[in-house]
Amino acid sequence: MDVMTKAAKRMIPGTPVFDGDSAQQGYAINAMCYSFNDDACRKEFVADEEAYMEKFGLTDEQRQAVRDRSVLGMLAAGGNVYYLAKLAGILGLNVQDLGGLQTGMSTEDFKAKLLAQGLTERRVAQ
Amino acid sequence: MSKVIGGLFSSHVPAIGNAIAKGLQQDPYWKPFFDGFDPVKEWVKQAKPDVVVVFYNDHGLNFFLDKMPTFAIGAAPEYANEDEGWGLPLFPTFQGHQDLSWHIIESVIADEFDPVTCQKMTVDHGLAMPLALAWPGVSEWPFKLVPININTVQHPLPSPKRCFDLGRAVGRALASWGGDERIMVCGTGGLSHQLDGERAGHLNPEYDRFCIDNLSRDPEALLNHSSLDIVELAGSQGVEILNWIGARGAMLGSVKELSSNYHIPISNTAAATVLLESCEMAEA
Repeated sequence: MDVMTKAAKRMIPGTPVFDGDSAQQGYAINAMCYSFNDDACRKEFVADEEAYMEKFGLTDEQRQAVRDRSVLGMLAAGGNVYYLAKLAGILGLNVQDLGGLQTGMSTEDFKAKLLAQGLTERRVAQ
Repeated sequence: MSKVIGGLFSSHVPAIGNAIAKGLQQDPYWKPFFDGFDPVKEWVKQAKPDVVVVFYNDHGLNFFLDKMPTFAIGAAPEYANEDEGWGLPLFPTFQGHQDLSWHIIESVIADEFDPVTCQKMTVDHGLAMPLALAWPGVSEWPFKLVPININTVQHPLPSPKRCFDLGRAVGRALASWGGDERIMVCGTGGLSHQLDGERAGHLNPEYDRFCIDNLSRDPEALLNHSSLDIVELAGSQGVEILNWIGARGAMLGSVKELSSNYHIPISNTAAATVLLESCEMAEA
């Protein structure tokens, strides 16, 4: 009998595709981030990050990425950006900061790159 | 008989909530986006929808990875907008329309869809933002809500065709509903943007224009790409266009574009707002 094997994954450069493998690998860090919907949990994390990561059973790789504030590290460890965005909020980072951190640019340069593509196109039916 | 009178399609960037809270509608950065809602505000004032059926994606408020539905339909008495982790000001609670929700659920299951049904459901910016822009500053929403959540978080995502077909099934459910409500559909999210990875900041105006231009006249053109094709074209969160595709599917008859606004950048996003009206309404 043939053994079922996983099909080769489609790779999209520079673009994490959060699939079942990532969801399984990243469960703990994403669960921690999901808890941050509750303000009391945000405060508990801020008061003692290590204890909070222990409580959710983060992997060593996930803990190190959080300590290093490494967004790419958190993604590589299975983090999903919809959940990581809640941690980013606690750390005072907006999505432009995250963009800069992941692309090796300053936040200002990242914003400037977006603004350089600026355009407005509008239609209103008469 | 109830009628689908129109459709609102709009980005739902969380930073818009901040801009609303700070009153930045006239700020040069924000104005080109907020101005895109002027025709929408006028239209909802005239058209007065009683019910809004919103296709959106939850951002880790109501759903977590422990149970991640591909499609979920709300059948709750009310839907609170709750803290998503940033402590932002909250929008008023939405009143549900349970009878219509269950009618939609029964009808789409008869049409061989298998949605999760939710009698308790909270809603995030992904649902509330376009409505807050269309009805700014209301203390009570002047309509009842039916939320339909599409998984855009965990791959494999449903295909664009599947989302469109779900929308078609919802449209048939709305057409067979015995009430006399005026129903607006809404699809939220997109357009091109990517928050994560080395390609963060990716935008694709060419693909976005393709979507906006075809939304009214040939929505099935959007079904030729797979969900992963869309991730590649529009970015990992640009795939939220699936919500637009679902909502457009629910508009069964011919439609007319009343307005469209496309603006780069809002936060990391190519932001768009499109208003479609059902043609039978325009002629009535």
